[in-house]
Amino acid sequence: MNDIQSLYQQVILDHNKNPRNFGPLLSANHSADGLNPLCGDDITVHLLIENDIIKEISFEGSGCAIAKSSASIMTTVLKGKTIEQAEQLFADFHFVVTAPMDAELNEDSLGKMAVFSGVREFPARVKCASLAWHTMQSALHGKNITSTE
Amino acid sequence: MIEDKYLHLVNQWRDHFPILHTSVYDKPLIFLDNASTTQKPQIVIDTLSQFYQNYNANIHRGVYYLSQKSTDLFEQTREIVRSFINAKKQSEIIFTKGATEAINLIASSFGDAFIQKDDEIIISQMEHHANILPWQILCEKKGCILKIIPIDKNGELLIDSLCELISNKTKIISIVYVSNVIGTVNPISEIISLARQHNIPVVLDACQAIQHIPIDVQAIDCDFMVFSGHKIYGPSGTGVLYGKEEFLNQMPPYQGGGDMIHKVTFEKSTYAGLPHKFEAGTPNIEGIIGLGTAISFFSSLSFESIHIYENFLYLYALELLQSIPEITIIGNAKQRMSAISFIVDSIHPHDMASLLDRDGIAVRAGHHCAQPLMKFFNVPATTRASFAFYNTREEIDIFIHSVKKAIKLFA
Repeated sequence: MNDIQSLYQQVILDHNKNPRNFGPLLSANHSADGLNPLCGDDITVHLLIENDIIKEISFEGSGCAIAKSSASIMTTVLKGKTIEQAEQLFADFHFVVTAPMDAELNEDSLGKMAVFSGVREFPARVKCASLAWHTMQSALHGKNITSTE
Repeated sequence: MIEDKYLHLVNQWRDHFPILHTSVYDKPLIFLDNASTTQKPQIVIDTLSQFYQNYNANIHRGVYYLSQKSTDLFEQTREIVRSFINAKKQSEIIFTKGATEAINLIASSFGDAFIQKDDEIIISQMEHHANILPWQILCEKKGCILKIIPIDKNGELLIDSLCELISNKTKIISIVYVSNVIGTVNPISEIISLARQHNIPVVLDACQAIQHIPIDVQAIDCDFMVFSGHKIYGPSGTGVLYGKEEFLNQMPPYQGGGDMIHKVTFEKSTYAGLPHKFEAGTPNIEGIIGLGTAISFFSSLSFESIHIYENFLYLYALELLQSIPEITIIGNAKQRMSAISFIVDSIHPHDMASLLDRDGIAVRAGHHCAQPLMKFFNVPATTRASFAFYNTREEIDIFIHSVKKAIKLFA
């Protein structure tokens, strides 16, 4: 597998083409906009949180394949998780996209998030991959706008 | 098609640029981001190292040999630039750190001298942020009004609207010559002659024109013109502001500091004459000298041959891109050059640029510092290929092949 294919793995291409949980969420009680002015990625994350649990989650907007697929996979990973678990998953994800190339990744516990390990070779794209996660965190903490700049 | 002599010429031209013979990811570098910056010929690279080795000293200060020498080299560039754009006087050539600083200088200094509350400034829908923000900032400060010449779906200015926008409150028109995003060549003669009828000065942003079109500032009769040195094969951090003496003399200094003064006391200081009034502080001396070398080098080539060849290259790339069904080209002006912006529905420009990068091809993806233009075309970003006279037909073939490969991957 050459390095460009390690960035654009089939799972990423699939989530880019058919994003999951894509669209508005009428029942949402937390939302935030995320902007990556450098690329023009513009993603909104909606959350329905009840008793500290993410009951529903969706995203909408436009972005590159990395930003979009990352948002899509994030929604599948976070649904049903507690806020505390969501924070921990964000930390795990951040490690996946920023860890040194020789660092060992525990692919079993990372699940689908592991497909983003190829991003490490493309530092310019780390912001794309983490935009949705930063935006999700802003929504959790009641900030309305996130910028990765 | 094009005559063989140009294909031969391009190989000679390429030989001057060492970076064009390097590789990235084991692929020969194909540099198609020339609207962003251009590569440097060996002679410019040598100028910089020779300056550091033999002439480094501050200018306009010392009485010693080195200072005199570096001052002479620096001032020679002023003459090279004057002659290149055919300005009337050397004093009308102000060195800046780039076109952005040059427009900021005009907005701030011309604004102080000539613009009051409720006055109007005209720019266009297709400006680079560098020709929007300085005027917006001025409007916020002075309470004046920014008016925008609209464009049509082809990316051409609606000149009839300019007639309607002009009023007795219009104090300046600032307009781009060639669009950095869609390559539209604006009818600047028409705009300037219209402005003349109403006695409105015109600023020409020539960043994407200076390296492609011969410009005679007296013949086109613009009042100000700006360009960046790094886009005409010179060093970064260098720029030129041309201004008619009658305006520059009436404008206050942009920055205060060393070199721009006549006499300083705590009670009252007086300023140096042109051009030094606008050149406070130690400038990018070696950069400006390198810019002189770059322009001399560029002038030694045949502008006519470059123009014919670049036009061939542009149309060749345009035709091949248009033949790919998945591609939409942004803008379709009759007169266009240098830059082509395109989108593919299934691929975000940043993914396209990442994929091309791994084939050694440098293109730009994003909003190209022209968000209002992006908004007009209703796209968040585009992929942009922009060409220089050192690009080849073979490079464009590889670029097209790589674009098709990307489309297939994302299908």
